[in-house]
This record gives sequence, structure tokens and C-alpha cells, in this order.
Amino acid sequence: MKRLLISAVAAVALLAAAPMTLAQSPKQGGAATITFNNDLTTLDPHVGYDWQNWSVIKSIFDGLMDYKPGTTELEPDLAESYTVSDDGLTYTFKLRDGVKFHNGRVMTSADVKYSFERAVSPATQSPGGGYFGMINGYDDVAGGKVATLNGIETPDDKTVIFKLSRPDATFLHLMAINFGYIVPKEEVEAAGADWGKKPVGTGAFKFVEWVPGQNIKLERNKDYFRAGVPYLDQVTFEFGQDPTVAVLRLKKGEIDIVGDGIPPAQFAEIMADPAAKDLIAEGNQLHTGYVTMNVKVAPFDNVKVRQAVNMAINKERIVRLINNRAAPASQALPPAMPGYNADNKGYAYDPEGAKKLLAEAGAGEITTELYTMNVDPNPRIAQAIQQDLAAVGIKAEIRSLAQAEVIAAGGSGKAPMIWSGGMAWIADFPDPANFYYGILGCAGAVEGGWNWSKYCNEALDARATNADAMVKDDQKDARVGEWKAIFDDVLKDAPWAPIFNEKRFTYHSERLGGDPSLFTDPIHIPVNYDYIFAKDAQ
Amino acid sequence: MLAYLAKRITASLFILLGVSVVTFGLTYMIPADPVAMIAGRNSTPAVREQIRTQLGLDRPLPEQYVRYLGRLVQGDLGRSYARKSDVGPLIASRLPPTLLLMLAAIVAELLIGIPAGIYAASRRGRNADKVAMTLSFVSVSTPQFVLGLTLLYLFAYVLSWFPLGGYGSFSHLVLPALTLGLAGGGWYSRMMRSSMIEVLRNDYIRTARAKGMSEWRVITRHGLRNAILPIIAMIGLDVGIFTSGVVVVENVFGWPGIGQLMWQAIQSLDIPIIMGVTIVAACFIILGNLVADLISPLIDPRISLR
Repeated sequence: MKRLLISAVAAVALLAAAPMTLAQSPKQGGAATITFNNDLTTLDPHVGYDWQNWSVIKSIFDGLMDYKPGTTELEPDLAESYTVSDDGLTYTFKLRDGVKFHNGRVMTSADVKYSFERAVSPATQSPGGGYFGMINGYDDVAGGKVATLNGIETPDDKTVIFKLSRPDATFLHLMAINFGYIVPKEEVEAAGADWGKKPVGTGAFKFVEWVPGQNIKLERNKDYFRAGVPYLDQVTFEFGQDPTVAVLRLKKGEIDIVGDGIPPAQFAEIMADPAAKDLIAEGNQLHTGYVTMNVKVAPFDNVKVRQAVNMAINKERIVRLINNRAAPASQALPPAMPGYNADNKGYAYDPEGAKKLLAEAGAGEITTELYTMNVDPNPRIAQAIQQDLAAVGIKAEIRSLAQAEVIAAGGSGKAPMIWSGGMAWIADFPDPANFYYGILGCAGAVEGGWNWSKYCNEALDARATNADAMVKDDQKDARVGEWKAIFDDVLKDAPWAPIFNEKRFTYHSERLGGDPSLFTDPIHIPVNYDYIFAKDAQ
Repeated sequence: MLAYLAKRITASLFILLGVSVVTFGLTYMIPADPVAMIAGRNSTPAVREQIRTQLGLDRPLPEQYVRYLGRLVQGDLGRSYARKSDVGPLIASRLPPTLLLMLAAIVAELLIGIPAGIYAASRRGRNADKVAMTLSFVSVSTPQFVLGLTLLYLFAYVLSWFPLGGYGSFSHLVLPALTLGLAGGGWYSRMMRSSMIEVLRNDYIRTARAKGMSEWRVITRHGLRNAILPIIAMIGLDVGIFTSGVVVVENVFGWPGIGQLMWQAIQSLDIPIIMGVTIVAACFIILGNLVADLISPLIDPRISLR
């Protein structure tokens, strides 16, 4: 009897599961709750620039371009189609019909022009306005001289033409980042200083309310231009939730996603829990953790010393130290990024070779400082690096500081070595150029810049500019090949010691369904809210 | 009395001024650049300079302070760097949860400390006394985040008696108030015990006992009334003690108060919020101390305000 009952239950369960696996696209309905430890700062797409607000903004607003869900592949979004002129200096976008803002008004080309001018205007204090430096007239608007960008033309309501001062192969990516999202002028002006607290966009979800310090509620945009999406009726973000407590709440079924990820202290336990096995999505992200070496000051002005540091660090051991939440890195670019060179294995762990190189360099006894952010696991990682360096005769004193202080020490060039953890470069868009100019190019090697190695190789910069001038579709491979060569040369010069590429683990409730790639979406971090669905609504 | 008040309020203003100078000096002396945090990693030096000028951060520090003070006097606490909104309303919206939590914690510590102290005093030297005093020692020394997480795990996760953090109802309030109140309860039980022991030595207690009054009535009618006086005088000072505690407890329990706001502001070097919360908290501490001083002569006529 008991056995019969069990098989009956199993049969029912199978029946219940069957329509779900068969269904082509999930039904709409249901809700999800995501927790974060820190408050969201703002939902202004031209201002928000941290990993928490980044993807919430993506659900409320849209740009001319976007990425296919769960991938890094570009596709038109608010634009229906686009053309690029032969010289790569003119981009013409045709806007999609019938796209409405959440306030009901139809979006037009004038909104596109207004939005870019707003992003570039100094009054907005956008951390990403500088991305649009190639649009004609940028300097005058960014410098506060005029308010309108003469590089954007709107011949009719459905057409936007961008005129550029230089060809730039990353331009279409820039049409897909948050700083290029389209906002309605009347709402921005009506809200004034509060605009970041009451956003109105064209996106999959409509903003409902924000209770400061507690939660933000979004509801499904019934007029969203993509029929059938999003699947969830409501998404709630709860703030001030300690991730340790959030894990307990998820286990009790109170919440659906721990937005901050699994806390390091609980990682091993949760990964070993058979009940959690199907609830953890694992994926890669466009991230590299690295140690910078200031090439402007001794002893790191000597390339042999920098190479020796690369050989001295046991990356495998560091990866084990953080419970294998990363993979050892061979080069600056992460494996998921175009331009990653799978054939380049980087510097192997070779303490003897490192000692030999140091002897050749004639650097003698080296004492230096290694800066690190003071939040776990970064000080532990810095200690491992310190031990590895000590083994080859480099004495590194650890300076464990708050994030803002490490960034300041890096920007001013005061820090001889910095472990980038907790501040590391996660790409804003999936293109090798995004991993070069700010952190390895001459543009970033200035006072207050983010190139903490102060590495400035003008020949490489020129090659990078040339590569980015290859904008045609048939030049794509040649461009990626050139970037590959540029990063190979960077590695030879060794301004960094790449350590690991972080993986992402998203812990979600049983209630939520969707392809695992949506839960570790490389663009929407942590999760692509637009395409996940509620199993109880099926 | 009025003269005393006027004197105290004047002194308080000077203390506030001092607090603002020190906090302002310290936050801007940290070797970190708020402009780098606002402008982000893609900014050009020109954009960074523009933002610096807009925020007035290119001015000499004393001038920046005077400007800040000028706005402060008009009730303007400035504008948050990271949140791009005014600090005054931001703090105002976070103040009620914090005040509620402090009030609940005071109730909790009195409910724990006073009975425990009386009980220990009446069992002086016996095992019950030793157990109570050991527990009070443990509660005083346990770090609050450990205590908070333990209470959450036991009473919210395992037993499901209370919600797992959050804000809104009475049941949300119990565990964070208990976390804050247990340490204070430990102190109060010790104070209550020694104060009670002292009172119970008095002649009038012996008289009461001699006339055949029950021990319960002796303690509640004659002992408690006198022994509780020093405790009441202490309550005003709790505001200051709790101010540091709420930063930890609010973060563990997801309590949307000024402690949480402060913690997040420190992480992102949001100086206007750090300044604002410090000044508001200093106001409350000064107020708490003032109340404590004003109450003292009311309950003990030997103290006079001068």
C-alpha cells in the first residue's frame, strides 16, 4: 500500500512537471523577492553605477541596443534596425513602432537625443558620460559650453543619426549600456532632484514604490514592446538584509534570491547540501582579479621583477583558499571575453625561475607594500600572495584599508602593489576595449585614474585605437585578433599579475524557474529579472 | 532651574560645534577622494575636476567647513554624494525606526535587569545569585552581532517564533530589542543587585521585617522604591551607549534606521551622510544626558542643579 501511494505521488508529480518541460514559453504571473545587504543608491540610469542598481535599472529602462538574454550577443532593442556608414562615422537607427514610456507617452527620436545630452551634461554628474566622447560635439556639452549635442540628428520621429568624430567599434555596445538608456524629459524635469527615486522608462518592469531602507517594488509593464515578457507579475527588492540571514530566509521559502550571493563562510556548507544542489546556478562573469605593480617606481620599473612576481604567485592555492569560487587566470582578459587567447597559458608557477629572474634583474633585497581592501576574503588572499612573494625573497607589507582609500592610493600612484579584489574590473560591456583604456591604457595612467600600474605604452595605445577603427562586420575577426595580440604584449610587459577569474554562484528558491544562464547572466548581474519565471504560475 | 537649563543648552551647542569640527576634519583627512567614488573609473581628469568644483571640494578645508556650518545653521545637512538626495529627509525617514528600537531596548533591559537584580540580591551569596551574576557577565561581554545572529537562528529560523529580520510589526521588534537590551540588562541587574543589597541593610527594612511584613512586600514596598533610583538616572545615558549598538544590530536584523544608513555611508565614503548622522546622533546623546541630569535631583534630593 505504501509503495502504491508513493508511485501514485510520483505519477502526479510527473504529470505536474510534464507541461512545464513541454511548454515553449513560460506563462506570466507570480512574484519574486530579491534581497540585498545595502540600499540601492539611485535608479537614475545615467548615474547608477554599482552592481546592485545596474540590473534593476536594466529592467526599468531600455537602450537602442541590448544583448540576447543570458549571452553577450548584441541585438537591436528600442531600435528596430541600424545602418553604419562605410567610414564608420555615421550610425543611423530606425526606432521601433509603438514603444511607450510607463507614463503612456510614445517614445520618439527626440527622447533619444535628450537622453544622451543628459548623460553627457556636467550637471548630471554621470560616471559614464565619458563613454560617449566619440559623438560630435561631446567636448562642448561635457565642458558645459552648450546643452545640445550637434552629433545627434533627428530627421523624423522614428530616425536618429549619430555622427562620430572617430570610428569606434564599441559604439553599438555603448548603445546598450545603462548610461545610454532612454528617459522621458517631462518626467525627469518634473521629478527634479528626486528623479533617481521615481524612475519612468520603457522597460519590462514598471516602478511602483520605494520605501527608503526597506524595499523597492516593480510590476510587469503590460505595454512592454516585447510580447509575452516579462514573466513575473511583480519583483520586490528588499534591502538591509544580511546575506547570512537571507540564506536562512531563502531556506524557509520567504525570499527567492540572495542578491549578494552566498556568503563565503557558508559557501562550503551550502554547496554540500543536496537540497540546494538544483537551486544554485553557476556561471562565469567578465571579471579578472589581479595584482597591479607600479611600473613608474623601483623595483617594479624593471620588467624582470614584474615577471618574477607573476611566476612567484601560486594561483591554484589562492583559488582553493576561496573554496574554488574562481578559476586561475592566465591573462588580463577573462575567458568569456572576445579576444581571450586560449593558447596563451601565461606565467606558470615557478618560484625557482622567479628567483633566477630576480637575480638577473639585480634588484637585491626588495621590500614593498601590497594594498588590499579590508573585506573578507581579500586580506586572506593578500596574505597568500605575501607568503608566495616572501618565498622568492620579496618582502611585501600588507596595507589593508577601506575601499575608497585603496582606490585613492592606486589613483595617486602611491601604492607599489594593489590586490584588486573587491574593486576589480567587471566589464561594463563585453568587449576587450573595455578592459584596456581605463585600466591598462595611457588614459587611465593619470592622477586619480584607475590604471594603478601607471602603465602607459603609447605604441599599444595606437594599436588599440587602430583596432577600434575596424567597425565593419567583415573586420570583426581581424579586430578581435588584433586585440588578442595587444593583450599578449601587455602580458609580456607584465604590469599586472592576473590571479583569477571569479565565478558566480546564484542561490535561488525552488519557486523560480528559467535557464541557469539567466541566473548568472553576464550582463544582468546578479539575475536577468525579465526572463525568469514563477513555477507556481505555470 | 532656568539658569541651569540655559547654561546646559549653551554648553551643548559648543559640544555640537566641537563634534562637527572633529567629524568634518576626520572625514576629509582620510586619504581617499570622494570625487573618485562619484566619477567612477571611466572618468577623465577634466570631468573629475568639474565634479570637484561643483561640490566645492576644491576649496580649502576651513572654507568648506564654514560653508557647511552656514548651511547647517539653516537646517540644511547637504546632499548625499552616492544617493543624490538631500541628507535631512533621508535621516528623518530613518530616525523613527531607530528611536523605536532604542525605546524597546530600554524597556527590555529594565524588564530583564531589575527583576534579575532583585532576585540575585534576595538570594545573595547563594547559587541562584551566582548563576544570575554569571549570566549578566556573559550578556555584557557577548558581541552584539554574535548574539543577534544566535537569537535569529534559534528563535526565527529553528523555532519560527519571530520573523527573520525586517521591520514593520511588534514581532519584528522583539529580537533586535532583546539583542540591544540584553547587554544593558546585564549591567542593570548588577547595579540593581548592589543597590538593593545596600537598601536592605537599612534600619527601616529591619523594622518592616520585625513587624511581620512578608519578604515580598518588604522588597517591593520598601526596598525597590529606594533601590531603583540610581537606575532611573542611568536611562538617559543609554541613548549614547545604544548609538554604537544600533549600527551593528540594525545591520544584522535589516532594521531601516540611522545605524544602517551610517554603515552604508561609511562604505561608500558618502561624507554628507556621515556628517549628518553624527550630528543628529550627538544631539540625541546630549539630550539624553541632559534628561538624566534633570531627573537626578527629582529622585534624590541630595543632588542639586547648579
